[in-house]
Amino acid sequence: MKTTAVNLTEKEYALPGNRTCPGCALSLAYRHILKALEGQAIVTVPPSCLTVLHGMYPITSVTVPCVNTPFASAAASATGLLAGLKALGREGPTVVAVAGDGGTYDIGIQALSAAAERQTDFLYICYDNEGYMNTGNQRSGSTPLGAISGTTPVLGKQQNPKDIVAIMEAHGIPYVATANASYPLDLYEKVKKARAIRGTRFIHVFSPCPPGWSFPFNNTISIGKLAVEIGWVILYEVEDGVFRLTSASESIAKQGNLKPLREYLGQQGRFRNITEEQIEALQRWVNARWKRCLDRAGN
Amino acid sequence: MGTRDCQHICAESSPAIGEAGKTGEWRDSFPVIDPEKCVVARQNKPACFLCWLYCPDAVITKTVPIQIDMEYCKGCGICAQICPAHAISMIREQ
Amino acid sequence: MAEKGSTRILDGNNAAAQGAKLSRVQVIAAYPITPQSPVTEKLSEFVEKGELDAQYVAVESEHSALAVCTSASTVGARAFTASSSHGLAYMHEMLHWAAGARLPVFLACVNRAIGAPWNVLNDQQDSISQRDTGWIQIYARNNQEILDSIIQAYRIAESVYVPVMVCYDGFVLSHTEMPVNLPSQEDVDRFLPPYKPHTILDPANPRNYNLVTFANPRVNAEGVLCHGYMELRYLLQEALQNSRETIIKVGQEFGEAFGRTYSSTLWANRLDDANTVIVAMGSLVMEATVAADILREAGHKVGVLGLRVFRPFPKADVVKALEKSRLIVVFDKNISYGLEGATCSEIKSALYGSSVRAVIRNFIVGLGGRDVKARELVDAVNRSLLSAKEDDLTREYPEWICAI
Repeated sequence: MKTTAVNLTEKEYALPGNRTCPGCALSLAYRHILKALEGQAIVTVPPSCLTVLHGMYPITSVTVPCVNTPFASAAASATGLLAGLKALGREGPTVVAVAGDGGTYDIGIQALSAAAERQTDFLYICYDNEGYMNTGNQRSGSTPLGAISGTTPVLGKQQNPKDIVAIMEAHGIPYVATANASYPLDLYEKVKKARAIRGTRFIHVFSPCPPGWSFPFNNTISIGKLAVEIGWVILYEVEDGVFRLTSASESIAKQGNLKPLREYLGQQGRFRNITEEQIEALQRWVNARWKRCLDRAGN
Repeated sequence: MGTRDCQHICAESSPAIGEAGKTGEWRDSFPVIDPEKCVVARQNKPACFLCWLYCPDAVITKTVPIQIDMEYCKGCGICAQICPAHAISMIREQ
Repeated sequence: MAEKGSTRILDGNNAAAQGAKLSRVQVIAAYPITPQSPVTEKLSEFVEKGELDAQYVAVESEHSALAVCTSASTVGARAFTASSSHGLAYMHEMLHWAAGARLPVFLACVNRAIGAPWNVLNDQQDSISQRDTGWIQIYARNNQEILDSIIQAYRIAESVYVPVMVCYDGFVLSHTEMPVNLPSQEDVDRFLPPYKPHTILDPANPRNYNLVTFANPRVNAEGVLCHGYMELRYLLQEALQNSRETIIKVGQEFGEAFGRTYSSTLWANRLDDANTVIVAMGSLVMEATVAADILREAGHKVGVLGLRVFRPFPKADVVKALEKSRLIVVFDKNISYGLEGATCSEIKSALYGSSVRAVIRNFIVGLGGRDVKARELVDAVNRSLLSAKEDDLTREYPEWICAI
């Protein structure tokens, strides 16, 4: 049965009254990630906005067990949880590391790469808000070209982001997928699928950040959808090497063309200083990646 | 008053609603549902529920009719944006 | 009581691996570094051969090694890691984390110099640099003590919920073979019960660990006033302050079980009538004992005080041991740059306010594997005896036994 808003479980594992900003895409995505895990998980989290969401001692707003771990160590911590559970014969709960783009693309990539190479049986979820938002919006390896941030304050970022999903796929792991908080059911299905697979699974979740990207709180969903429509985010999964476009990206591939990038950039204050050249460069980057995905999907 | 009654030796936390307090106090506007337009209210049975699905803070109930927990609703306005029937309006807090 | 078990010829690293195996460690994560690497090789061999029922995780860094151990320990598994030098330095953040989370993780530190420039040989700069991370630090003089200390370390760590580091000198012990008594597994099992974690990681009873903690106490959902960050730090300090008692008790019980008693935080050699005391740590204590014998033959009343436990620093025990001393000569295989050897500073601080009024001299020795000969220690003590005067109790900076 296809999951819909009507038949999706009512049970919440992320409780109301948490510490995230209004309109937080992470908060929305995490709700559905935990629903897909049915609470049967042990989560480990490095410093990030998710640390804020989990709350301040002695209270947490999440009803799944969680261990906070230093910034570079999300995947190593997950490895330790798994090794401990195995040693004690307590296998069962899915071990999940959830980190931001800073904790994944940058400081955490060494431990993540090694955990994937060791074929560690865990799910790694990177929620990507394209910068160090928890420390006040500094540039990360995921920040787009042309975006203003705390550490690219005048000129905007001068480089394209790295393709973390391709990097993870290159590890030969059984499942990689991209998702987007604006498509919660697609995210839910992917987490559910990943949960049932053994080995290292990686899901990238695009998470628009209203204060960091400078757009109104209520636009989180529309910004996320637009990101798919312009091809900045491509929703897909690669299961045992088989590539498949999903959800809105699948529809766009079938029915036509990407919208121009300009509309997306214009809705976010972080692109206020972007130059025509940078827009063209970004468009080329988007087009090339979209073409690669279309080719892989056999379109 | 000391903390010796607290048995923790490390920062061990237990789940509770409202970890950040009554986050409804953060709001500058609040959502109001028009039952004349809301699909759930009009059909008087489980339907649509997109506002519930998209609420980042899990403050909307999946019930007939839909209810919003104003103690914790941060007033982001996503529900108003996402509602296909335009049944939710955001009203400025006084 | 007579020794039980069997005697084998083992180098220090092998003794450490045997200690871990006898302690039935459940999760091992380590990254190779000279001179620690043979510990990791030996343990992976035990696991691959099925002689040790443990998860061996070949991590990509020391930071990850300790991250694996801390999370495994949070789940409730007995965790082991080992490192040296740069590896230990790379773990620094995780050392704080393990202690702050009150996880009884164990680390074997095979003491090695730290760069730049590169040097793989022995001194104690690596573990001394980690003294403020909240770990218990125990130093071994020989390979038997390495093995015995590891078994005791798990009992201590799991009683007080503080991680323990057993330090032993690289090459001097790690690669030097000595007879080592291996206790039987049954005896160790009787001595060391399974680890009972204070943490709960269970979806049926979900708890979150190491969340952001306010400066001030905060009431939980049940109305109990819980600690602030500072109260949690106080509790760690309190645990270390009180751990001396546990360390002694465990050492005594170890003696009852295995015939080798560790009933003190210190190693005292001929202190009863000594007015001159050599202070050292690790294998240097053995060298100092040889030096003391030579000095005794020359008619000086010299004894040796070896620090077995460096954290918690056994202040009262040190003062008592040095009661009769008129001259204290401290040899440090480390240097707190800009001041003096760390052991010397600790000794001085312990004596402040006591009735001991001794001359203190500090010598920096053996850095980066520089050979420390008993003869050099004797010369240093003789020089100190000559310079010891009431109005010259202490010097601003230490002397170095080197060619400058």
